[in-house]
Amino acid sequence: MRADRQEQDLKFTRRALLMAGAGGLAFLGLGARLYSLQVLETERYRLMSEDNQFNFNLLPPSRGRILDRFGVAVADNRDSYRVLLVPEQSGDVASALDRLQPFLPLRDYERERILRTARSQRSFHAITVADDLDWHTFASINLNAPDLAGVTPDVGEVRSYTYGPSFAHVIGYVQPPNDEDIANNPRDAERLLRHPGFRVGKTGVEIAREADLRGQAGALKTEVNARGRVIRELPEQSTQPVAGRDVVLTLDADIQRYAHERLNPESGSAVVMDVNTGELIALVSTPSFDPNLFVGGISSADYAALRENDHNPLFQKSIQGTYPPGSTFKAVVAAAALEHGVVPPTERINCTGSVRLGNREFHCWRPRGHGPVNLRDAVKTSCDIFFYQIAERLGIDRLHAMATRFGIGEQFDIGIAGVRRGTMPNPAWKRARYDQGWSTGDTYNTGIGQGFVTASPLQLAVMTARVASGRAVSPTLYRNAMMPPAAHIGVDDAALTSVRDGLRAVVEEPGGTSYSLGGLGLGDIEMAGKTGTAQVYSITAAEREAGVRSQQDLPWRLRDHGLFMCYAPADRPKYACVVVIEHGGGSSAATRPARDILRRVVARDPSSRAGVFADVGNARPGGA
Amino acid sequence: MAVFRESVPRDLPGKMMELNWTLVLLLVLLGAAGVGMLYSVGGGSWEPWAINHAVRFALGFAGMMVIAMFPPRFWMGVAYPVYVVALILLVLVEVNGVTINGAQRWVDLGPIRMQPAEIMKLALVLALARFYHDLPDDKVTTISGLLPPLLIIGAPAALIVGQPDLGTTLLLAATGVMVIFMAGLSWWFILVVGGVGLAGIVGIGLYGLENILAEYQMDRVHAFLNPDFDPLGINYHPNQAVITLGSGGMTGKGFLEGTQSKLGYLPEMQTDYIFTALGEEFGFVGGIAVLAVNALIMAQGVIIAISCKSPFLRLMTIGVITTFASYVFINIGMVSRLLPVVGVPLPLISYGGTVVLAVMAGFGLILGAHIHRNAEPPRGAGLFG
Repeated sequence: MRADRQEQDLKFTRRALLMAGAGGLAFLGLGARLYSLQVLETERYRLMSEDNQFNFNLLPPSRGRILDRFGVAVADNRDSYRVLLVPEQSGDVASALDRLQPFLPLRDYERERILRTARSQRSFHAITVADDLDWHTFASINLNAPDLAGVTPDVGEVRSYTYGPSFAHVIGYVQPPNDEDIANNPRDAERLLRHPGFRVGKTGVEIAREADLRGQAGALKTEVNARGRVIRELPEQSTQPVAGRDVVLTLDADIQRYAHERLNPESGSAVVMDVNTGELIALVSTPSFDPNLFVGGISSADYAALRENDHNPLFQKSIQGTYPPGSTFKAVVAAAALEHGVVPPTERINCTGSVRLGNREFHCWRPRGHGPVNLRDAVKTSCDIFFYQIAERLGIDRLHAMATRFGIGEQFDIGIAGVRRGTMPNPAWKRARYDQGWSTGDTYNTGIGQGFVTASPLQLAVMTARVASGRAVSPTLYRNAMMPPAAHIGVDDAALTSVRDGLRAVVEEPGGTSYSLGGLGLGDIEMAGKTGTAQVYSITAAEREAGVRSQQDLPWRLRDHGLFMCYAPADRPKYACVVVIEHGGGSSAATRPARDILRRVVARDPSSRAGVFADVGNARPGGA
Repeated sequence: MAVFRESVPRDLPGKMMELNWTLVLLLVLLGAAGVGMLYSVGGGSWEPWAINHAVRFALGFAGMMVIAMFPPRFWMGVAYPVYVVALILLVLVEVNGVTINGAQRWVDLGPIRMQPAEIMKLALVLALARFYHDLPDDKVTTISGLLPPLLIIGAPAALIVGQPDLGTTLLLAATGVMVIFMAGLSWWFILVVGGVGLAGIVGIGLYGLENILAEYQMDRVHAFLNPDFDPLGINYHPNQAVITLGSGGMTGKGFLEGTQSKLGYLPEMQTDYIFTALGEEFGFVGGIAVLAVNALIMAQGVIIAISCKSPFLRLMTIGVITTFASYVFINIGMVSRLLPVVGVPLPLISYGGTVVLAVMAGFGLILGAHIHRNAEPPRGAGLFG
C-alpha cells in the first residue's frame, strides 16, 4: 500500500514536471515571438506605427498665372468654396449624397459623376462633390458638417479666366484629370492629380506649358487617430508647396479683347503681329466660348450646343482654319515678279476684263477691265489679269519658292497645338495629291491666291509682317526679352519697297480697292493693306437667271470668305493685322474690323502717342 | 494507518503563517501591472478602467484570502453542487442571456451581471478533482472512470461553444483533459486516443474545416493564415496588434507614450489587447517581465501541486494553474499573431470583473491547497464509494 502510494506520488510528480516543462516551452515560444516582433523587426513596425500616426496631407501648389505682355493676368486663381467627400469615412456614397441633398441639391449628372469617381478610385481619396459654392450654401454645410460623416467643407483655388471667351482658344482651359491624364503623368504625380479640385491643362497654353504652370505639391504632416481625425498639425515637419511659374504671353489683353468683340459674332479670326519681332499681339477666333464653363465641368447640353453651332466656336480658326488667301497673295506674287525681273515697274499690261488660256476664259474681278496697268496699279486695284500674266512669266517653281519664303506652306510652332500648315502647291505636290500634271491654268489661279493655295490667318499675318519689315520673322506667343532680331528675308529691298508702295496705295490713294475705308484715322499715320476674297461657291448661270445676283442672296454657308491684311504705319511698319471673316460675302466684311483693330494697336503704342516711332527706324529693311 | 502525519494548521494565525507569500506577491505584481496599463490606455486617467480594476482586484484579493482559509473538506463537499449551479447558469445564459458584441455570454442576476463560463472554469476543476479523489487509482483508465469526467467536461463545453465562445470551450477542454492526464491516465490509452485524435484532425481536414467552424471563426482562421487578406477588414485588428507590439522595440515608447493605443488603432484596448499596449509602452523588456511573472506563478502552482498529499488538492491546483496558463498563452499568442483571434483576456491585467474575481478565487483555492497541503481527507461518499 505504501509502495503503491509512493509510486502514485512519483507518477504525479513526473507528470507535473512534464506539464511544467511543456508550459515552459510554450512561454519560451511566446518570448521568442516577442523578441522577433519587438527586437528583430521593430524598425518595420515602428515605421508602420508612424505611418498610422502621421498623415501627409497633400498641399496642392498654386497654378502659375498666365499674363499678357503687360503683366495683366488673363488666367488667374481665386478662392473657391467646395465640398469634399471621403467614401472611407462616409460609408455608402449614395446615401451620403442623400444626406447632403437638403443643403446642396445635386443634379443627376453631377451625382452620376461622383458615384463614378467613387467607384474608380480608392476609398480614402476625397471626391469633390461641388465646387465654387456661394457663401450661403457653404456656410450651411459647414454648420451641419458634424452630422455629415465624411463630408468636408474646404477652401481651394480654382482657375479663373478673367477675359472669358476672348482668350479661350489661346490659353485653353484646365479640367480635372481623367484616367488618361493620370496614366500619362509620372507615377509620383498620381497623388497630386487625384487630389480633389486639382486640374490639369487640357488645351492651349494651359496644356502646352503644364510643366511650368503646375508647380510642386507640398505635404502637411498631421497626427491622426484611427478614424483619420487630425489630432494636431506639425508644420515644422511639413514641406510647403511651390507655386507654378507664371507664363508671360506676347498678347495684349486689351487688343485681344477688343478684336474679339469687334469680330463677334461673325465666324472669323484676327491676328495682330509685331512685324519686327514676330510677337503675336492678338490671336482671336470668333465666336468663342467661356473657358470658365469647362473648369467646373461643362454640362453636356452646353457642350452639345458648342459642338453643333455652325460657326464652330470650339475651332481655333486663327491657326487651324486654312483659306485660299485670294488677292492678299498678290503681294507675294508682286515681290517675286520684281525680284526676278519678269516685269519692269513701268511695264503696262492691258486688262480687258478677261484673258483666254487655251479654251478657258480667265476673268478679272472687274468685268469691264482696268485698261493698261503697271505693277503698282495692279496691286492698288487688285487687277487679276495682270497677275495671271506675271504668274505665267514667273512659273510655278519661282512662285512656290517666293511664297515659301513668306511663310505660305510653312509649319510654324507658336507653342500651342493645332497650328495648321496650309498648302503652297507646286507640280510635285499636285502629282502626289491628285496624280495630275500641273497646268498653266493652275499657275494662273495660284497667281491670284485661288486654286490649291491655302493659308491660315496666322500664316497670312506672317506673310504681311515679312512684306512689311523685310525680316524673316516667325510668330511667337511667349514673351522673351532675349529674342534676337529676325534675319533679313533675302528679297531685294527695292522690290519690297515697290510692293509696299502699292499696298499703301490700296488704302491711301483714290482708286485703291480700300480707299473708301478712309485710312487709319490717326492723323497723318498711314496704313497699307490688301483685300482678298476666297471663293466658296460659284454662282451658276441658272441661279443668276433666278435672281441670285450677289453674295447676300446666297445661303450663309455658300458665301465667299472675306480677307484683309494690313499693316501700319505705312512708311515705318510696326504692326501687321489680318482678319478673315468666313462667309463674309467678300473682302469688305474684313476690311473695316481689320482697320479698327490696327488703329487701336497703333494708338496704344507708346511711341505713337509721343508722335514719333523712335524705334521703327532700326527695323527698316536693309537698315540693319 | 500508522503513518506519520505532518501537521495541518487549524486556526487562523496558523494558516496565515503557512500562506505562500511568493505567490501572493506575484499576483499583486500582475494586478498592479493591470492597473497601470489601464491607467495608460484610459488616456492617463483613473477613469474609466484603472480605478474599477483596482477595486475589483482588492475585492478579489480579499475573496482569495477567505477562500484560502477553508479546509479541503469544504471544497470537496461543495464541488458537485457548485458545478451543478454553474451548469444551470450556463443554461440560463442560453435561454435568457444578454448579448454583448454578438456573443451571448452574460447573465443578468438583478444587480450582478456575470459570465457563468468563468464560474464554470473553477467548478469544472473542483468537480473533476472531487471525482478523481474518490476514484481508486486503478480505475482511472476504465469506462466507469472515464465516462463521468468526459460528461463533466462535455456538458458545459457544449453549452459554451453555442454562445458562441470557442476560446472558453477550448480552455475548458484543455483544463479537463489535463486533469484527467494528471489523475494518472495510462500512457497506452493516451497514445491510442492521441492516434485517434490525429486521425480525427486529418479527417476534419479532408471533410473541410468550414463545415465545423462558424463562418466568423472560419474567417478568422483564413485571416490568420493570410495576413495581407482584407487589411482594412478582418485582418485590421490582428495586424494593428502586431504593429502596436512591434513598434515598442526593446524598451518601449515609455509609460503613457504609446501612440497606437492612444490613437484608437485597436478597439477594446482595455480587454483582450491590453498586452499590446504594455508591449508598446514598455517594449520587449516589459513583455518579458510580464511573461516571467506568469511563468513564476505557473511554477509556484506546479510546486504546490506536487507538495500536496491528497489527490483532490493536487488535481484542483493543477486544474486551476492549467486554466491560468492557457489564458496567458492564448492571449499573448493571439495578440502577437502566433494564434488566430480567440477572445481570451490576459488574467489580472485585462479589464473585466468576472475574470478578475474568478482568477483570484482560483488562486484562493491554490493558496488554500498550499496551507492544507498535508491534509489527507478521506474518500468521500463519491459516485464509486
